[in-house]
Amino acid sequence: MNPATRSPLMWVVHLSVLLIVALWTLPTAGLLISSLRDKDQLAVSGWWTALSTSSQNIVVRAPGPDTQVERDGKFVISGNLLDGQTGQISAFGFSSREPTAFKAGETAELNDGEKLTVQADGSFEIVSDKKIEGSRGQRIFVTASSPPRFTFDNYAEVLGAENIGRSFINSLTVAVPATIIPIMIAAFAAYALAWMPFPGRAILIAVVVGLLVVPLQMSLIPLLKLYNGVGAFFGVPAKTYVGIWLAHTGFGLPLAIYLLRNYMAGLPREIMESARVDGASDFDIFVKIILPLSFPALASFAIFQFLWTWNDLLVAMVFLGAGPDELVLTGRLVNLLGSRGGNWEILTASAFITIVVPLIVFFSLQRYLVRGLLAGSVKGG
Amino acid sequence: MLFQLVKAAGFMLGGVIGCAAYFWGTSFILDLIFPSKGKSGAIASRNLRITNAIRPWLFLGPALLALTVYLIYPVFMSLWYSVHDRAGQNFVGASNYAWMINDGEFRQSIYNNFLWLLVVPALATFFGLIIAALTDRIWWGNIAKTLIFMPMAISFVGAAVIWKFIYDFRPEGAEQIGLLNAIVVAFGGAPQAWITLPFWNNFFLMAILVWIQTGFAMVILSAALRGIPEETIEAAVIDGANGWQIFFKIMVPQIWGTIAVVWTTITILVLKVFDIVLAMTNGQWQSQVLANLMFDWMFRGGGDFGRGAAIAVVIMILVIPIMVWNIRNAAKEMKGH
Repeated sequence: MNPATRSPLMWVVHLSVLLIVALWTLPTAGLLISSLRDKDQLAVSGWWTALSTSSQNIVVRAPGPDTQVERDGKFVISGNLLDGQTGQISAFGFSSREPTAFKAGETAELNDGEKLTVQADGSFEIVSDKKIEGSRGQRIFVTASSPPRFTFDNYAEVLGAENIGRSFINSLTVAVPATIIPIMIAAFAAYALAWMPFPGRAILIAVVVGLLVVPLQMSLIPLLKLYNGVGAFFGVPAKTYVGIWLAHTGFGLPLAIYLLRNYMAGLPREIMESARVDGASDFDIFVKIILPLSFPALASFAIFQFLWTWNDLLVAMVFLGAGPDELVLTGRLVNLLGSRGGNWEILTASAFITIVVPLIVFFSLQRYLVRGLLAGSVKGG
Repeated sequence: MLFQLVKAAGFMLGGVIGCAAYFWGTSFILDLIFPSKGKSGAIASRNLRITNAIRPWLFLGPALLALTVYLIYPVFMSLWYSVHDRAGQNFVGASNYAWMINDGEFRQSIYNNFLWLLVVPALATFFGLIIAALTDRIWWGNIAKTLIFMPMAISFVGAAVIWKFIYDFRPEGAEQIGLLNAIVVAFGGAPQAWITLPFWNNFFLMAILVWIQTGFAMVILSAALRGIPEETIEAAVIDGANGWQIFFKIMVPQIWGTIAVVWTTITILVLKVFDIVLAMTNGQWQSQVLANLMFDWMFRGGGDFGRGAAIAVVIMILVIPIMVWNIRNAAKEMKGH
């Protein structure tokens, strides 16, 4: 780069990257911030206003006439409309047509001669010359501005009442064995394809490359039939954890074999030949030399497979039941989108719980992820 | 719950030990039957030849079995189901395919899928390339890359929730809590229920996949850009080329192969896109795509396996050109080694 054109151009580069980074991170940031906000504030203001005081219109019902006390010959009902929360009341009213008819501190004359006073701090008084009748309290409309409130209540709610905690365990139950099992199987196959000469090897490699892109959709119906058949034959349920572990193993194998074979084929031939001269068998060579050397590739695949099985929805919907002890996080989240479509405090908190584990894996093991991606794709060019 | 975790751990442990036992055991038995150590020359070399011919298949055995059961057998069975009735019992010829051609929802899905195919790989690759080129020049480029790469770890369903929140719609006059509508209102526009606008909603769903896949394109293209020999760029600088010319005329042509790989990888993903559509619209408001339609028919009204399989076959046919291209590339590369 030539220094004369550098500085103004560099500013443009810095600014455009900053803009792109903002565009790519704000959606997730919005989710996280929203999930920590008080649910009443979340429902009425955007997450970008989370730090400013929000103003909301609420309807409160004052305590009923049974709480009235007699004072100086007048009947009084008093209390606090904000119910202990901090905030400021700017306006109030007693009819839904004019919810902001009076300013805080003013006294409103109610229809039946009672007088209502609401102070800015939320305390109110209804005063009447005669005994207040009726069974229900007076409805009061207030415009309250409340300071920003952050809370873990949303998380507590979804973990308990919405069964997200249980689904978290289910997702873990699916993902961990489905990550570990294919590694063993694929590693041996990859070694055979990389270092053991036998007729048909090239064709098998071509088949694996072809299977890499076979759409999952092709497998769903035949396997569903097969599982139903096996389940009926042995008298066991068709949708079980064992079934989904094996399914994920099968679907993950092409990538596992491909990645590991590419990596193993790149290891130096001399190591294996000298070991063979020393009388080591293929089994020994594989276990004692190849497997430890292939650790980076094994780690890459493990991360891919874990992210894929944890994030998977389709396989879980087809091969696993929808009961509370089987529904995984992604499935639960789709259900919540249907049943709690407008309750953003529940959706945002649930969504964040489903993405937090992949994000931790991503940030801590990013190095291996990148290496695996490069090994899996750049080769074609 | 505890039992479930114990069961999972047990299965995992059993699987690992079972695999190890299988590989070790079969190797041991093979050597027992055809010993090569401590035998005279002719027998030893004959036995060695036999074990060397058999052992690869023992190593490959479990993998081949799993691939056959979970991928190869289903491909043929899906073809078979696609010419049978809804229960998969009676042969119906091409009638599932005939139904498909005349079905409005299927045609809508094909149309939308082509829109997705045109837009998503192009945008994700383009953004990935630009970001890769820009971030390579600044000191905080790696932090920027990590943040842009991050959505890749997020599930499609999680991403759908994130973006549904951005597209959230409140009637005009109410305070908008969705970012997009808030921006539109701030500029004096009228809020829209974005994901219910036919045709345009496709693009709002595509944005989610572009958001997820740009990081993938960026990582791979960034590595490819770094692999370009310095000399070619220096030569261009000496010849007086400016930044744009260097990038588009010198650098990009050298990484066409990698761009093609990124493009096709995202194309495959787009053909299978399912979770995003299911979570955002479930195909309503004319946003249906093939994978979601297939899933729908698998279970709709007790399930129509014939039609579901026929739709799967269509997805498969769309994938085949890329599959052939990949296999040819892999074969070429193996010859090179």
